[in-house]
Order: sequence, then structure tokens, then C-alpha cells
Amino acid sequence: MLPERFKSMFRGSGTAVAPGPFSSGKGIRASDKETQVVRQSRGLEQFFSYIDDQVGLSILDLAGLTQDNIDFVTDLGHKLYTQDFLRSLDDTFGREDINGQAAQNRIESFLEQNLDFKENTFDGVLVWDVMQYLSPALLNATVERLHQITRPRSYLLAFFNADEKSLISPHTTFRIQSRSTLMLSQHGQRQQAQVFNNRSLEKLFSQFESVKFFLTREHLREVIIKR
Amino acid sequence: MSTTTPFKSPEIDSSRSSATIGKAVKIIGQIFSKEDLYVDGDVEGTIECQDNKLTIGPNGKLQAGVRAREVVVLGQIKGNVEANDRIDIRKDARLVGDIKTARIVIEDGAYFKGSIDIVKPDAAKAAAASQPGQSSVNMPKPAGAPLTASVGAVTADIKR
Repeated sequence: MLPERFKSMFRGSGTAVAPGPFSSGKGIRASDKETQVVRQSRGLEQFFSYIDDQVGLSILDLAGLTQDNIDFVTDLGHKLYTQDFLRSLDDTFGREDINGQAAQNRIESFLEQNLDFKENTFDGVLVWDVMQYLSPALLNATVERLHQITRPRSYLLAFFNADEKSLISPHTTFRIQSRSTLMLSQHGQRQQAQVFNNRSLEKLFSQFESVKFFLTREHLREVIIKR
Repeated sequence: MSTTTPFKSPEIDSSRSSATIGKAVKIIGQIFSKEDLYVDGDVEGTIECQDNKLTIGPNGKLQAGVRAREVVVLGQIKGNVEANDRIDIRKDARLVGDIKTARIVIEDGAYFKGSIDIVKPDAAKAAAASQPGQSSVNMPKPAGAPLTASVGAVTADIKR
């Protein structure tokens, strides 16, 4: 049974939310600082459809620890690895110092600390929107490392702001509600390191087997990448 | 709206007996407890409260493998954690290591780096029956000859 807050949300009677780049406007304002939106996600649905009927997989979540994601992934019988990539990014480089992310020795040190896994460890990676905050040099190194630590025929799910005119996106925590539904908890904004389009993403993931896009109405580009 | 559970302090249940390691105490070695244990100091080594609850207070810093029935973390742990029943990671807690437990509860804001392996109680019992006295948690043995000390039901092997 749905909690009252969700019922009102689905009836559309919740307090209106100022639609941001990722918001569908179908949500409630939780407080002055945080907005929560529930939306369908084709990318998420595809991600889990690929790992259907399997148990005991190793899934990496780069957005840190959230109760919903732990419950959902472990209830499917998988082992979850979590890594709070953005918090580590801020701790290492500072939140505003995107240029500082270009130093090769610091990039190697950062990846040593945060993606230090053996080759072919993971069957899936929930990247969420982390990559859009990485400088080009750090992003390329991160993608290369992800290629190494994922198994062939595994999948990555990544989100990118599709508004190519804006380098600002809401700072979002993604909470899995069901196989195809996400709750987006948005609190404040964050400066992206660069903008992305389909072509730049295809180039970024060129060493992977395939890249599939889902463009949503809310200026969110959901991307499924097959290793 | 919040998805977190508000923290109620203090953590110690007065109806149960429990031992406390205060925030000015540092122990290097192995701790075995047959009652609930509250750690607000520093521990390097291992902690085992197999049938009891272990609480790491806000000032607690563990560089230790941990095994307990239930683990509540408000401070910091660097090491693997095995909780037969559940682990509860609170808002400002910091845990770096691998977790093996039946249930996990976390508050937003907690920092965790590692893996989470949910072990159903039936599977855990079967594993325990097949390997008595064994644990999948890597419990490092501290180097050097230990000096054993005991306080109440807590036994600490303290390195010289």
C-alpha cells in the first residue's frame, strides 16, 4: 500500500514543484532545500531486464549509500558494492576545482582510491549522473577503468543532462522504487564539467560494445552502455 | 519528507547489561564480549560479540574486524563487519570495509565504501553449522604476544 505522500503525488494533488532539468513536475516539495520527484525510467527498466533471472551478480553503485538501492539490489539476490564517487571527488579536488581534475598524477591517485577493483569484477554499474561532473581527462580515465573492472556483456546505466545550453544541474540522489521507477531527491545545484550530446557520448564509450539512449521529456538523457 | 530514522540517544538499553569502552580509551588487540558492548574509544584488532549488540559511539574509531549479533555505527569503522541479525549505520557514521549481514539500515549522510552481502538467516545458519567456529569475516590477528585483560564479561587481549 502506498504511503499517503505517494498517493497524493500520483493523483497530481501534491504541492507543485518548479520543474528543473530532471523534474517532470509530478512531485512534492519535501522542504525548502530538497525536492522529491517520482518518475518512470526506461533506462533503469532496461538495465534490470538485462540481469533478469540471474542471482549472485556483483553490482557497483557509484552514488554512495541509499537504503532504497541497497534493498532493491540485494532483494534481487545480488551483491552490492557502493562508492560515493562525488563525495570522494569533492574531498580530493574540491567541489569547484574542475581544472584541478586534469593533473595526471592526481587522476591516477583518485582512481586508485575509488575504483581499485580487479578486472572483470562487476556485472553491472549504476553510474547515475556522476560522469557529468568529471573533467574530460578524469572522465576518460574513469571510463577506461570502468571498462577494465566490468565483465564482458555487463551493463552500465548513466544519466546526463540533455540541456546543452546549461552547465548547471540539480544535485540529485537516485532512489530505486521499482524495476522501472526512480525517486529523484534533488537538493541544490551542481556545476557540470562539460555538456554532452549523443555523438560525444558515443565517442566517450567507443571501447564498449554498444550505447543506447533514452531521451526523456525532462532534459535527462538516460544511457545504457554494454561492455 | 525524510526517509531516515531519527537517532535516539543514548544507544545503551538500560534493561540489558552492557560494557563500555570510553572515549579516552585505546585498545590494541582482541575483544570478546558476552554482553552488549558500547565502544566510544579507539580499537585496533578485532571485536567479537557473537550473541550481543555492539554499538560504536560517535567518538568511536575502529580499525578492526567486527562480528556481532547486531551492530550500530555512529562513529568510524575501517574493517569488515559481520552482523548476524542487522547493521544500523547512522547519519554521520563512516564505514570502509565489507559488510555481511541479514538486514541493513542506513541513514542518509552516512559514508560507506565497500560491499554489502545480504545473507538470509537460513543460509547463515546452514553455513555456521557446516563450519563451526569459522567466520567469513577476515579477523586479523594482532602481531605480538597478547596480554589478556578482562572487565566484567568483556575480555580484551591487549598487545604489549
